[in-house]
Amino acid sequence: MDIFGIPIQAFAGQLLLGLVNGSFYAMLSLGLAVIFGLLGIVNFAHGALYMLGAYAAWIGMDSFGLNYWASLIVAPLVVGAIGVVIERTLLKHLYKIDPIYGLLLTFGLALIAEGVLREKFGVSGQQYPVPELLQGATNLGFMILPNYRGWIIFASLTICLGTWFLIERTRLGAYLRAGTENPALVQAFGINVPVMVMLTYGAGAGLAAMAGVLAAPVIQVTPLMGSQLIIIVFAVVVIGGMGSILGSILTGLALGLIEGLTKVFYPEASNIVVFVIMAIVLMVRPAGLFGKEK
Amino acid sequence: MKLKQTAAACGMTAAALLGVCAPAQAQISGDVIRIGFITDMSGLYADIDGPAGVEAIKMAIADMGGAINGKKIELLVADHQNKADIAATKAREWFDTQGLDMLIGGTSSGTNLAMAKIASQKQKPFMSVGAATSALTNDQCTAYTAHWAYDTVALAKGTGNAVVKSGGKTWFFLTADYAFGQQLQDDTSAIVKAAGGTIVGSVKHPLSANDFSSFLLQAQSSKAQILGLANAGGDTINSIKAANEFGVTKTMKLAGLLMFINDIHSLGLKATQGMYLTDSWYWNRDPEARAWSRKFFEKVKRMPSSIQAGDYSATLHYLNAVKASGTDDGTKVMAQMKKTKVNDMFAKNGYLRDDGRMVHDMYLMQVKTPAESTEPWDYYKVATTFKGDEAWTTKAESKCPLWK
Repeated sequence: MDIFGIPIQAFAGQLLLGLVNGSFYAMLSLGLAVIFGLLGIVNFAHGALYMLGAYAAWIGMDSFGLNYWASLIVAPLVVGAIGVVIERTLLKHLYKIDPIYGLLLTFGLALIAEGVLREKFGVSGQQYPVPELLQGATNLGFMILPNYRGWIIFASLTICLGTWFLIERTRLGAYLRAGTENPALVQAFGINVPVMVMLTYGAGAGLAAMAGVLAAPVIQVTPLMGSQLIIIVFAVVVIGGMGSILGSILTGLALGLIEGLTKVFYPEASNIVVFVIMAIVLMVRPAGLFGKEK
Repeated sequence: MKLKQTAAACGMTAAALLGVCAPAQAQISGDVIRIGFITDMSGLYADIDGPAGVEAIKMAIADMGGAINGKKIELLVADHQNKADIAATKAREWFDTQGLDMLIGGTSSGTNLAMAKIASQKQKPFMSVGAATSALTNDQCTAYTAHWAYDTVALAKGTGNAVVKSGGKTWFFLTADYAFGQQLQDDTSAIVKAAGGTIVGSVKHPLSANDFSSFLLQAQSSKAQILGLANAGGDTINSIKAANEFGVTKTMKLAGLLMFINDIHSLGLKATQGMYLTDSWYWNRDPEARAWSRKFFEKVKRMPSSIQAGDYSATLHYLNAVKASGTDDGTKVMAQMKKTKVNDMFAKNGYLRDDGRMVHDMYLMQVKTPAESTEPWDYYKVATTFKGDEAWTTKAESKCPLWK
């Protein structure tokens, strides 16, 4: 059986690969959405934080003999801590002024991080091996799926759903959401809003870093890996609606699938399809598919 | 400061040679030999050329003593970010306002085609080192272009022929979707067909794609024997990584059509062993190349790519021509460069053809296995040497009006 002239097996294989890429989009756009929701900062440094996560894993392995599983914990903590420092020393001065300053600041930070690592490691990048437990591939009938790619889908879906649950279904999440709506009132109830904001940025940075560690074994770890991805992720966030958590997860996965299919039918367009969709969505629903008009 | 140094140098020469300084002054415009270098300093090709390429050019200037007949040699550097319009604007600005005497083009074909046009209008030598497209010396040739290290035709002839001869008859291409990728695919297809092979398909990917798995599945389902990688830099690296991961390497052989030693270094021998690739130079080729490379290594802490070696060689050949002709007049220096053979650590008995091609030997390399490699950066075995006249575009194939 064929779908548009493509055997159904190849079709299913491409869908699954699209889902793998969509997992990365979902994880990264989720972090962006959380940071924008609570801090009102358009975090252009998100790609750099993702890249730093991958480098933290690589440096951990290269210099400290840290294995993949340990890196999956350590790298997000390290990058999260960097995020906390950035929030405390730089971002916190910007909350009351035009959001464009936050955008410019984070963009500048991203360029600095990229430049420093490029100077140190060059652009060709470093190799990060697939962990032993996940080496090899499984024959799914319609395609051979490397085990590690399967793990990416599982891990990122778990992380995304966990974050969603934390924010939408727990008391801590309720504080966070309340803090977004009216920080002064929440503060009056005795909740330390500045600390909450600081930890949110740290957690967003940690999420990006975790995506970076997940990506390290499948793509070359290079200083440019973040900037290549971040533009697409921003388009994902715009399509899903700024600040919508569930929206960013679903949009991320859906766009991964659409992009995957484009690679089969018209590969040349695969790097613009996301932006075409963004343009259409902005025309029809300026606040994004899941966003609320303000 | 600059003026003072020039004056001092001039004074010393004058003292030594009694007035030789004055006539020479008229020959060297602006009393300085100014070289410009426009390349990718920060993007995906920055490792194969970039800042280390600047170092190589500086080594050539230093080997000339930093000055010719008392006239200081100066180097200007700019990052074109792989954008042809930036390269063109910068080149024009330097020629018009800085009195640039010679321009070196780094990586990326589009930028070099744009710079070649401008240098030709200004009648100044354009040494294209890092660009791949054979159009520079074919339908877009100029009297002022010298294409130095390699081109798509030589790469295709080298790798294409060798792979078909060793039994790789059916090909599928994974191609970067811009001028260079298409040219490389076309040139290689022609060679493969001429050698009795067939092309079963191809897929184009965007430059700097973030995931190659989808394209590789398409390649795998083509059932071709050979996967030709008509891309470069980070794209090639990520294609090879994904090919290993998806087991494509078990059913197909990879042929990297444009690979540099930096790519091999970055991927490691485990992932690349046994691959064939064509290159213009290898640091471990002979004692002379080794000696120069060790000096280079001390400065930048990695071994030179063929492009970086080419940067050195092109600069040195130009400066020697300025020295021999006693002028930096573009047309005269160009004539001098075409008159003299290129004999340095990069090329032996190389010569500049009328179409602008610097003709020298090319090499088919095979990547060593981890066991065969005896020291860091010891990655290649030279499988075949292609003599100058068989490596490049032939007169019959050429559409360049200057070479008829």
